[in-house]
Amino acid sequence: MATLEIHDLHVSVEAENGPREILKGVDLTIKQGETHAVMGPNGSGKSTLAYSLAGHPKYTITGGTVTLDGEDVLEMSVDERARAGVFLAMQYPVEVPGVSVSNFLRTSATAVRGEAPKLRTWVKEVKEAMEKLHMDPAFAERNVNEGFSGGEKKRHEILQLELLKPKIAILDETDSGLDVDALRIVSEGVNRVRETGEVGTLLITHYTRILRYIKPDFVHVFANGRIVESGGAELADQLENEGYDKYVKGGASA
Amino acid sequence: MAEAQNIPAGSTTAGSIAVAAESTVATRMSAPPSFDVADFPVPHGREEEWRFTPLERLRGLHDGTAVATGEGVKVEIEAPEGVTVETVGRDDERLGRAGTPVDRVAAQAYSSFEKASVVTVAKEAVLAEPIRIAVHGEGGVAFGHQVIELGAFAEAVVVIDHTGDAVLAANVDYVLGDGAKLTVVCVQDWDEKAVHVAQHNALVGRDASFKSVVVTFGGDLVRIHPRVAYAAPGGSAELFGLYFTDAGQHQEHRLLVDHNTPHCTSNVAYKGALQGQDAHAVWIGDVLIQAAAEGTDTYELNRNLVLTDGARVDSVPNLEIETGEIAGAGHASATGRFDDEQLFYLMSRGIPEIEARRLVVRGFFAELVQQIGLPDVEERLIAKIEAELEASV
Ligand SMILES: Nc1ncnc2c1ncn2[C@@H]1O[C@H](COP(=O)(O)OP(=O)(O)OP(=O)(O)O)[C@@H](O)[C@H]1O
Ligand SMILES: [Mg+2]
Repeated sequence: MATLEIHDLHVSVEAENGPREILKGVDLTIKQGETHAVMGPNGSGKSTLAYSLAGHPKYTITGGTVTLDGEDVLEMSVDERARAGVFLAMQYPVEVPGVSVSNFLRTSATAVRGEAPKLRTWVKEVKEAMEKLHMDPAFAERNVNEGFSGGEKKRHEILQLELLKPKIAILDETDSGLDVDALRIVSEGVNRVRETGEVGTLLITHYTRILRYIKPDFVHVFANGRIVESGGAELADQLENEGYDKYVKGGASA
Repeated sequence: MAEAQNIPAGSTTAGSIAVAAESTVATRMSAPPSFDVADFPVPHGREEEWRFTPLERLRGLHDGTAVATGEGVKVEIEAPEGVTVETVGRDDERLGRAGTPVDRVAAQAYSSFEKASVVTVAKEAVLAEPIRIAVHGEGGVAFGHQVIELGAFAEAVVVIDHTGDAVLAANVDYVLGDGAKLTVVCVQDWDEKAVHVAQHNALVGRDASFKSVVVTFGGDLVRIHPRVAYAAPGGSAELFGLYFTDAGQHQEHRLLVDHNTPHCTSNVAYKGALQGQDAHAVWIGDVLIQAAAEGTDTYELNRNLVLTDGARVDSVPNLEIETGEIAGAGHASATGRFDDEQLFYLMSRGIPEIEARRLVVRGFFAELVQQIGLPDVEERLIAKIEAELEASV
């Protein structure tokens, strides 16, 4: 069973006046089949955690380990991590002018699966996945994320999740910018993948709204660069009622 | 790509739309057009038309010290039926009709060539095969002149290939009869030391269509100056260009479309990718709509994709409008860096770096390449672009 283990992870970014530590010792273990919600106020470092796991060059790992089934993830390049089974649905997906969605999807599926998917079944697979996410087939011919609305970008991220079938899915605020209908559609997509039992999910969110659709097994409160409390789904209800104030010194953030 | 984002340090993407009574395109030049090199002072480098060009790398083409050597370039012309190919002397009256040299090097070329090639497509001949002109540098200095003339309603494709090593200054005339259709693909695929400066003059006849595709990959210094004017109303010109500027290369494309006649159209689109230290691309796009040119429709665009640090782009579109009675006029210039965020996004989907770069660069050029309309040329360009990228890692 695939397991992602994060141990005492410290991460810095290059700020104007030198390096600034954002993650200050994160410990978290995610197993295939589990769903972990990570909730925290703005600026607490949630995206930093997500990007660091995916290998974004902006973030410097200054301490700790990340392993996937014992393999050192931090040693892998960005593309190696993806091929090893780590997927990041981004909070702000990037526009790639000149590259069509269909070309992009096929290239990435080929890379992740290790061989080019058979054309006939592939076309059908993409078409069905897009239908389930209520995406217009015309999106296949548009350039990656170019001119997509916020909600369309998020659907496109989940489309990739469904096609790439990772072992570990990190969803960074997939709920933000979605109206109620879109939230339901996107959540259903995530749930389809979860129901296979083959993915471990790290669901990063600020609000409890999405947890009505995607039921977490574990909830972790993230504040000031580390996990400050962990519990079951009931912890989310507590956050819903009380907010993050008690986790943030002086109640400054959130 | 968003307009003018991420402009690399030191680059310019100035642009202007001037509504002027008198053309600054002409007055910006340091001397009026002339066939005689003596009419041009030796440039010192601060002139408007020379300010981006490293004169010291022109190997004397600009100051009279470059002298033709016997084994300069070899020109081979392959033409299908319906085409006459002649080698003529300096006094042939068909030379120099499409335009006059506008700078010292073009005038030097005109003053120094010994033999010119004249390629004539008979009127109403529609060629099934392209005319192929191979210009191969043999390591020497050469001055050239070529004329390609299409009779009324003739249709032809010309592919000009520059390869090898040379120091070459040349003028090329394209003369299009009424209703003629000419597509010229001019490829600069030089070895790395070559220096090539050329002025291309197109004179577009009534209702004629001129399509030029300028492709520059090689050379130490390449400076191409395509110019278009219209002999009568109804003409159209499409000027496409594609360049891939590597470390240390200077590739300069200067264009002038002179809308001197009513109801003509022009569409200019040049795209370039740059990689490596001191790769320098210059693009000057002058479009002049004269007072008489009512009903003109024109658009010009230049886009640059900077793949690595250390490269520099100067992109200057300049649209001058002397009449309000036009159908449309616009320009755009944008220089963007190869975006690390794009690279991260693609790689985070398992795509290896080299392939991710290839996807983006191919995408950048794709739209332009598709407009060429010659499948074998399109394929060759895509292959060449891929090879350039391959060489970069
Ligand atoms: N280049 C940088 N220089 C300085 N600080 C930075 C830099 N990049 C990120 N940060 C800071 O790191 C902290 C964590 O940012 P991060 O995006 O991980 O937060 P987040 O929890 O995802 O917030 P949100 O809920 O708004 O998405 C923030 O305070 C942010 O300002
Ligand atoms: Mg975030």
